[in-house]
Amino acid sequence: MTTLPQSTDKKLGLVIDLDTCVGCHACVISCKEWNTSNYGAPLSDVDAYGGNPVGTFLNRVHSFEVKQENKPAQVTHFPKSCLHCEDAPCVTVCPTGASYKRTEDGIVLVNESDCIGCGLCAWSCPYGAREMDALEGVMKKCTLCVDRIYNENIPERDRVPSCVRTCPAGARHFGDLGDPDSDVSKLVAERGGMDLMPEQGTKPVNKYLPPRPKADVEEIDVLAPFLQRQDEEAGGFLGWLDRTLEKL
Amino acid sequence: MHPAPSVIIFTTMSGLGLGLMVFLGLGFLDVSGFVAFVFVAIAFALLGGGLLSSLFHLGHPERFIKALRQWRSSWLSREGVLSFVTMGLFGLYALLWIFWDMRIGWLGLLAAASALLTVFATSMIYAQMKSIPRWNSFLTPAMFLLYALAGGALLAAQSYVAGLLFLLLVPLQVIVWVVGDRAFGATGSDMGTATGLGNLGKVRLLEKPHSGTNYLMKEMVYVIGRKHAAKLRLFALVFGSLLPASLLLFFPHSMSIAFAAIAIHLVGLFAQRWLFFAEAEHVVGLYYGQR
Repeated sequence: MTTLPQSTDKKLGLVIDLDTCVGCHACVISCKEWNTSNYGAPLSDVDAYGGNPVGTFLNRVHSFEVKQENKPAQVTHFPKSCLHCEDAPCVTVCPTGASYKRTEDGIVLVNESDCIGCGLCAWSCPYGAREMDALEGVMKKCTLCVDRIYNENIPERDRVPSCVRTCPAGARHFGDLGDPDSDVSKLVAERGGMDLMPEQGTKPVNKYLPPRPKADVEEIDVLAPFLQRQDEEAGGFLGWLDRTLEKL
Repeated sequence: MHPAPSVIIFTTMSGLGLGLMVFLGLGFLDVSGFVAFVFVAIAFALLGGGLLSSLFHLGHPERFIKALRQWRSSWLSREGVLSFVTMGLFGLYALLWIFWDMRIGWLGLLAAASALLTVFATSMIYAQMKSIPRWNSFLTPAMFLLYALAGGALLAAQSYVAGLLFLLLVPLQVIVWVVGDRAFGATGSDMGTATGLGNLGKVRLLEKPHSGTNYLMKEMVYVIGRKHAAKLRLFALVFGSLLPASLLLFFPHSMSIAFAAIAIHLVGLFAQRWLFFAEAEHVVGLYYGQR
């Protein structure tokens, strides 16, 4: 059925910290790698090494500039993937029932063997979270790495979405946003986590943490460049090599 | 939105065929035998051809039968189911009409109602899209229904009725455009709400996620050709409804006038439907600094 569940036992989702994200695109690459080689059809690239490369991605990082008058511009890197909305319009428009929201954890998934590739779900998503695969002709979207998070064949610390596991800045958090006592819910409460385009009425589960206000930098410590360098003494083999070469 | 030829052909052809079925089902056109067969065949060819064309829009056309399952929630599914119901009802009505010269009133009425509902379901596929403000209005079904009815009346050789319907279409089409032009602004969605950064200052896209294009941009951020929109609108209005209305209302009714009106309307209809897609802005464009 492509009707939405009344409620879900859990609301698994991501919390993305726009203050911490450095825009390295590591989450984009790790997402592509995991999801092209595991659950479902691979994420194809067309003309990958040619002049007009186009490919399917489930996660993309945009960069925005926010500017207030008479103040320096602030750059925010903005990763965007499926928000696993509570009122997901992509689910109800599906004519085959291929697109569905799971009752147990709220993850929005596509059953690829039922997908006719009509593209209507991608039209209905305000966030551009779904992309039709050019070679497979089926709709691809973030699965919240459903094949990792419950996977008992991989070490426990790896049982989080690939993007979360790989983020070197710690800007991505995964958890149950339906549980007010979970770490992610506390983080959202503390930092004022927000919805994207709330006026669309989709009730996204994923939250974004706004950039912290920047203190206006007026003074620079002019003495800093004159501080003496503190070279560390190298140890081990390199230390021995260093001392030996010094003696020669 | 990308104006895919398969979808333009589908909505125009199936709309005309269903419109024709409405008028034939309501008992218009006092013919029988072979002439009745010709009209029925035209209606089926238009609807069937349209549906066939829509299959080319699918990534997996061989699975189309699965699309009939979710009629409880999906307008696309309802449209599919209703198309088949209409074909069944109208087919039975037409068989009795052609071979036994029996036009069963209630059966025809049922077929006509089903045909109208099918057009309505098609229009709701677009009108339900909150993410595409220009379509997200009751004007979308009104516009689809009136185009189908006017074209159907014309094909059913009801010159006077068709003329009046085309005359009604002129102001409706203008209203659709005027209201549509304001729809995006009225949603309140902008780059500030899309990124949630609006309260920190003025937001602009600094860098796209990638140097090339992608499925989203090709499908939903279609901006090519919009610069000719004003000219095409005039063209669509004159050829789609104004000229056919004038021909049918102010000229003596004849076969050649009717055929001229059909040809002119078809050209205008294609222009109108092309604009319907090409001019529709998807809110996802906000993430790409475009509309």
